[in-house]
Amino acid sequence: MGERVIINALFACAVLSIAVTVGIVAVLLFDTVEFFRESSLVDFLTGMVWAPGQGGGEGGQYGVWPLINGTLMIGLGSIVVGLPLGVLTAIYLSEYANPRVRGVLKPTLEILAGIPTVIVGYFALQFITPSLLRPIFGDDRVFVFNAAAGSIAVGLMILPIIASISEDAMRSVPASLREAAFGLGSTKRQVSLRVVVPAALSGIAASVILAFSRAVGETMAVTIAAGNSPKMTLDFFTSIQTLTASIAQTVSGEAAAGTVRYNALFALGLTLFVITLTMNLISARIVRRFRQVYS
Amino acid sequence: MTERMRRRGWLLGLTLALALVAAACGGADDAGGSSSGGSGLSGKIVVDGSSTVAPISEAITEEFRKEQPNVDVTVGTSGTGGGFTKFCNGETDISDASRAIKDEEKQACEAKGIKYQEFRVGLDGLAVVTSAKNQFVDTLTFKQLAEIFKDGGATTWNQVDPKFPNEKIAIFAPDTESGTYDFFNEKVLGDPADGGMKPRSDYTASSDDNTLVQGIEGQANSWGYFGFAYYQNNKQGLKDIKVAEKGTTGISPNTETITSGEYPLSRPLFIYVKEDSLKKPEVGQYVKFYLEQTPQLIADIGYVAAPPDDYAQGLSKLQPFLATS
Repeated sequence: MGERVIINALFACAVLSIAVTVGIVAVLLFDTVEFFRESSLVDFLTGMVWAPGQGGGEGGQYGVWPLINGTLMIGLGSIVVGLPLGVLTAIYLSEYANPRVRGVLKPTLEILAGIPTVIVGYFALQFITPSLLRPIFGDDRVFVFNAAAGSIAVGLMILPIIASISEDAMRSVPASLREAAFGLGSTKRQVSLRVVVPAALSGIAASVILAFSRAVGETMAVTIAAGNSPKMTLDFFTSIQTLTASIAQTVSGEAAAGTVRYNALFALGLTLFVITLTMNLISARIVRRFRQVYS
Repeated sequence: MTERMRRRGWLLGLTLALALVAAACGGADDAGGSSSGGSGLSGKIVVDGSSTVAPISEAITEEFRKEQPNVDVTVGTSGTGGGFTKFCNGETDISDASRAIKDEEKQACEAKGIKYQEFRVGLDGLAVVTSAKNQFVDTLTFKQLAEIFKDGGATTWNQVDPKFPNEKIAIFAPDTESGTYDFFNEKVLGDPADGGMKPRSDYTASSDDNTLVQGIEGQANSWGYFGFAYYQNNKQGLKDIKVAEKGTTGISPNTETITSGEYPLSRPLFIYVKEDSLKKPEVGQYVKFYLEQTPQLIADIGYVAAPPDDYAQGLSKLQPFLATS
C-alpha cells in the first residue's frame, strides 16, 4: 500500500514536468499566433530589420534576422572561446593531472559554472572590454558594448560544460586502448590526441552542442555586455542584440500586454525554443550514432 | 465543466458583492473621520493631456495625496491635443500640455464657454552629446542630426560632414517607448505622416539613461541624446554638442538657453486649469501645491524648472480664486 502511494507520487512528479513543458509550448504558440494575426509571418521570417515601435507608437518592423544573426554570433563566438579551452582542460584533467591537482581543479571549474551570469556580464563590461579587448584592438575599433566581450563572457560560462562532459567521455575510454598504444611505443601526447580524443569524440561533440544551446539561451551577460542594437553585421567589435536580450529589453520596458510589441516576445521565444530544441535533437542523434561501445 | 464554471462565477459574484459592501462601509467611516478633522478637503479632480507633463502631475498628485487623502485625483495621458479636446468639452479640470494652446483649441473652449488659466510649470530639453574624448564634433545642424538618426542614415562620421574622420558612429539613444525619443523625432525628423523621415533602428537603445551615458562616455566616436537633466548630472566624461536649427551657429544647452527658449531642442510645459474648477477649494489647493512643489520635484523627473518668477506669477494669478473659496 505504502509502496503504491510512493510510486504514484513519483509518477505525478514525472507527469508534472511533461505538463509544464507542454504548457509553456502552448502559451508560446497561443501568443505567437496572436502576433502573426497582426504581423506578417513572411516579414518576420525574411525581414532584415528588427525595429519594434519605430518612430513611436504601434508601428515598426518585425524582421527576425538581425536577432538570429546576433544570437548565432554569440553562439559561435563563445564556442570559439570555450571549445579549445574546454577540451584542453578535459585532456589535462583526464590524462595528465595527478589526483591532487584534479581534486582542486574540478571543484574550481564547478564554481565557474556557478557564478551568476549577471556578474559575468559585468565582468565582461568592466574588465574584458576595457582591459583586454580595447588595449589590443584599439579604443576606436571596439565599441563599449560589443559582441566579442559577450562571446568571451558566454565562452567562460560554457567552458565548464564542455570540460566536464568531455572529461567524462575521455575517462570512460577503456584503459586497454591506452595501454595498447603505449605498448606500440606511443608518447603520452600521441596517446592523448590520437587515441583518447578520437575515441571520446561523440562525447565531446555532444558537449559542444549542449554548450551551444546554453550559449544561445544565455540572456543576462549579453544584455549587459553586447549592446542592444539589432543589426545585420559580422563585426564582433560592434554592438549587436540577441533574441534573448531583445526579449529581456521588451519585458523590462513598458510594452502593454496584448500589443503587437508584446506579442512579438512570444514569436521570439518560440524562435529561440525551435533553435535550442533542434540543437538538442542533433546532440542526441550524434551521441547515439557515434557512440563507440567498448566492452 | 460549464456547470462548475457557473458555480464558480456565482461564488466570485458573492465575494465581490461582500467586498463592495465592506468597501462602502469603510468609505463612510473615512468620510466621517475627515469631517470631524475639519481642514480635510474632499472631491474629485480630473487631469488629462500630455504624457510628457504627466510624470510631474503624477509626482505632485502623490505628494498631494499625503496631505489631502480624500481628494481623488486622476491623471490621464491622452496627449496634449487629446487633452485639450476633452478640456474644452468640459470633461476635465486640468489639461497637461507640452506646448501652448493653439488658436483653434482656444476657439473650441470659447464656444463651450470654458474659461481657463495657463500656468507654465517647467521646461523639457534634451541634450545631444558625445564623449569627452571626441575631438572633432562641436556643432551639428538639424540636417546633420537627421542624417545621423534617420532610417538608413550615416554610418560613419565623414558621411555627416566630410571634415569629420572616416570612423563609425556609435549611437546611443532612448528606446522607442520614451517621450524623449518622440520629441527628438518630431523636432528633427518631422512628422512621418507629413513627409517626415523614419528614425533608424540599428542603434543601441535603452530605457536606462545610465546605460546610454556609459556607452557614450566610453568611445570617442559616440553620439547620443537624452533628457537635459541627465546630462547636467553626468557632465564628466560627456561633451555637449551645440545644435543649430537654422544656419550653422550652434547653441549649447544650459539652464539659460533652455529657459529662454533659445536652445532649439527644448519646449515649455504647461498646465491649463478651468476657472470654474479653480473656484473649488480642492482644485485651488491642488494647483497651489503644484506651483509650490514643482520647482523642487522637477529635476528628479528629468525636466528643467521654469524661472522662479513663473511660479510666483502663477501663484499670484491663483490668488483671487483661492480668496473666493
